[in-house]
Amino acid sequence: MSGIATLPDRAISVGRLRWRRFRTHRAAVASLIVLALLVLFCLAAWPLKTYLGIDPDATDLLARFDPPSAAHWLGTDDAGRDELLRLMVGGQISLLVGLLATAIGGIFGLLIGVTSGYFGGRIDAALMRFTDGMIILPLLPLLIVLGALDLTKLGFTKEFATSGAAGFWRIVVIISIVDWTSIARLVRAAALAIKERDFVRAARASGAGPFYVMRAHVLPNVATPIIVAFTLTVGRVILLESVLSFLGFGIVPPTPSWGNMLNNAQELVNTAPALAVYPGLLIFITVIAVNFVGDGLQHAFDPRSERS
Amino acid sequence: MTRFILRRLMQALIVLLVMSFVIYGLIGLMPGDPLDIMIASNPGATPEVVAHLRAIYGLDQPLMLRYWHWLISALMGDFGFSRIHSQPTLEVLGPALLQTCKLLLASFVVSVVLSFVLGIVAALRPGGIVDSFISLFAFAGISVPVFWLALMMILVFAVNLHWFPASGMANIGDGGFMDQARHLIMPVTTLALANTGGFIRYVRASMIETLRMDHVRTARAKGAGEGRVVLIHAFRNALIPVVTVIALNFGTLFSGALLTETMFAQPGMGKMIYDSILGNDFNLALTGLLFATVVTLLSNLLADLAYGWLDPRIAVR
Amino acid sequence: MSGAEIFALDGVSVHFDLGGGGLFGRARKTLRAVEHVSLTIADGETLALVGESGSGKSTLGNVVGGLQVPTSGTLRYRGGPMDEAAWKRARRDIQMVFQDPFSALDPRMPVSAIIAEPLLIQGTATAAERRARAAELVRQVGLPLDALNRYPHEFSGGQRQRIAIARALAPDPALIVADEPLSALDVSIQSQILNLMQELRERRKLAYLFISHDLAVVNHLVDRVAVLYLGRVVELAPRAELFATPSHPYTQALLAAVPRIGRRRARGASSIKGEMPSPLAPPPGCVFHPRCPKAQAVCRTKAPVLEPAPGRAAQSAACHFKE
Repeated sequence: MSGIATLPDRAISVGRLRWRRFRTHRAAVASLIVLALLVLFCLAAWPLKTYLGIDPDATDLLARFDPPSAAHWLGTDDAGRDELLRLMVGGQISLLVGLLATAIGGIFGLLIGVTSGYFGGRIDAALMRFTDGMIILPLLPLLIVLGALDLTKLGFTKEFATSGAAGFWRIVVIISIVDWTSIARLVRAAALAIKERDFVRAARASGAGPFYVMRAHVLPNVATPIIVAFTLTVGRVILLESVLSFLGFGIVPPTPSWGNMLNNAQELVNTAPALAVYPGLLIFITVIAVNFVGDGLQHAFDPRSERS
Repeated sequence: MTRFILRRLMQALIVLLVMSFVIYGLIGLMPGDPLDIMIASNPGATPEVVAHLRAIYGLDQPLMLRYWHWLISALMGDFGFSRIHSQPTLEVLGPALLQTCKLLLASFVVSVVLSFVLGIVAALRPGGIVDSFISLFAFAGISVPVFWLALMMILVFAVNLHWFPASGMANIGDGGFMDQARHLIMPVTTLALANTGGFIRYVRASMIETLRMDHVRTARAKGAGEGRVVLIHAFRNALIPVVTVIALNFGTLFSGALLTETMFAQPGMGKMIYDSILGNDFNLALTGLLFATVVTLLSNLLADLAYGWLDPRIAVR
Repeated sequence: MSGAEIFALDGVSVHFDLGGGGLFGRARKTLRAVEHVSLTIADGETLALVGESGSGKSTLGNVVGGLQVPTSGTLRYRGGPMDEAAWKRARRDIQMVFQDPFSALDPRMPVSAIIAEPLLIQGTATAAERRARAAELVRQVGLPLDALNRYPHEFSGGQRQRIAIARALAPDPALIVADEPLSALDVSIQSQILNLMQELRERRKLAYLFISHDLAVVNHLVDRVAVLYLGRVVELAPRAELFATPSHPYTQALLAAVPRIGRRRARGASSIKGEMPSPLAPPPGCVFHPRCPKAQAVCRTKAPVLEPAPGRAAQSAACHFKE
């Protein structure tokens, strides 16, 4: 009996197996590297800011549309701000929105899905009606309306409503309100399948309540599809953020985000096309990398899936 | 089957009703109110006058009551007056909806054709070089921000190459069919490229699955030609899930269309809703959003029906 | 009967509402899975529930295991009524083993956690005690000690069933409800598990409610047999009597279907025709009459009561023409 605690945990081998499968997905591995580089790129804003001695928010109307130089490696934007630094800081914001909104919406979807799937019956019917209703809503118009809401009418102070933090949290919240349905349905289906398994019945026969069953059996067993769904959601959320910020209903300048850096891009296309290219290209690269990683994870987790 | 349709229609109506209330409430939470501009343009308005005006417009009543009045008149076909267009909202909406439908249909056809061809080709040799390229293309389509793709199209084809006009639906006036078509090419291509990505993945996955099914292998064993196997035996079965998924994704498609229009300054639903929200045109925004909901609801209903029709196993439930 | 009564069912019925009767006025459907069943299980006794699939035997097992609340009828535990406090004790005293060993173990849990889970749920042991108990049980069911830190997918079906049995033993129960514990296993493994169950019974004075569709398996292990048909007990008898002189025509047919070495398969009289009717619409009178070779007019109208067969006090059957 003394050896029980010290014997190697064989679960590692499952993880290793999956990692092996993930590695066969070349695009996913490459994407993982790209994502790591992108994060490093965004984080490089701080050292670069001190090195160059530039404030990314400081406007300089005499230095608008400057070409690349030693001081401004990618030139300046339409307000004379350093384009490279703004790309880095904007990336931090965009990635953060992507992760936060996915996490919040994901947890919400998780709760709805588990409750619906485990309890079944009327609760399930009501929650799934609600979810179906959410799914068929016209996403973009709804997001625009939510983005245009006047926060003071919801009881927030005017200072908060116009602050940068409000712009940031508003977009996190509205995207998570809207984008939880796929995770909810996924988790529900998994919970439905798992609750009929005999190990759950054995636990119930021993006196386990619903919360124990969800925590000990349902959640660990739905972890795999959830990880994949979360990954794919991050990509979608980054896209949504960029659209909303681009249209002016998301992150409010002067705080940069990849989306709102394209705010004036339509006019800039003629005068400074590079400024219209960079932020969009970064969004594109980020989202495609995230999607490839999601695909790789799916491949790694699902032993039946074919190499694609 | 009739009962199934009726039940789905009932459900759709309920969702619509709930949505109309939600949208109505949300619109009320947008900045300003319908009187702002009226008051701003009349500096002499005293608080009493303002209160009187609010009473006339019913703005002092509770939300439920205002919604009720709105609902009654909406059911009679009166969706109010658009402030920025000075026209009944329905008259503004009509042409915009038509324009959006043109764009939607054209790009839908293009992307369906494109995705079926590419998806089937990719499925023939999964993992091959051709498949890899098509997959990359598909992933790019899913991952590209539509508005940025539109920008890049404008940058390349309008600004640099001057092949197509960057915006609008016609040069002067109606412009005739050819001119309209020329203006539609870039928006249609943009939207089609963005949508094709997702479609390709569905077609490919579905085709790979059916090509492995027993009846397809039987057809092969019987000596049917490869083309016949792929097109007659596999494709027909692969169609079912694809049609459903594509129809169910209509909401995404619609959102993409709204964006594309805005980017190319086409006078469709997207631009209309966008302008109405920016311009505090509450009635128009409300009507626009409501019709956007109706369009998505209808497409989902059609998807369900198509599914039942294509796959007799689940027809009546 | 060998000991004190552990669990008793008195007139228990389980009906499942299958919907209908809603807005669109379809007929309400009720599945009568178990109909007015009375049984008792005593300490150290093995009672078999035998029947075809759909006979309600698993539902009955679920009732005893506390997974299914009966629609009507009363349950008794250790002589007292089954209230909440009694269930709390019964959850320790009654454990379950299921048919499919692949579904019975959580693939994400190491074996040590699986075996000790009932103790964790019931909060009766510390983490250290649970580990010690798991180690003890793993040996008792004949698995190597290093099985504790492995995961279910590393085990074969028979080994998994041993783990499931170890889990059932964890809270030191008096009764184990075994729902077809052998039917998913290879024949060679079946006898091993059967031997293990037999050995455990002797060592721990366990009682079993052994659910099976196979009379042949039952013959090795059990003291008494209850034969179920369409949710009703049609015959209840000590094993020896049941096998020697089956009283109900259904039991006779079941026995005739058991292949035995050195004996020709009985033909003709006792073979039954057709399939079991749907429990959604059980036939009137005796539910067995549509398939019964002895059926008379009375069988179509009057349901027989479970009563001792003529001259055999211990053996009861529900038949107008019992032997």
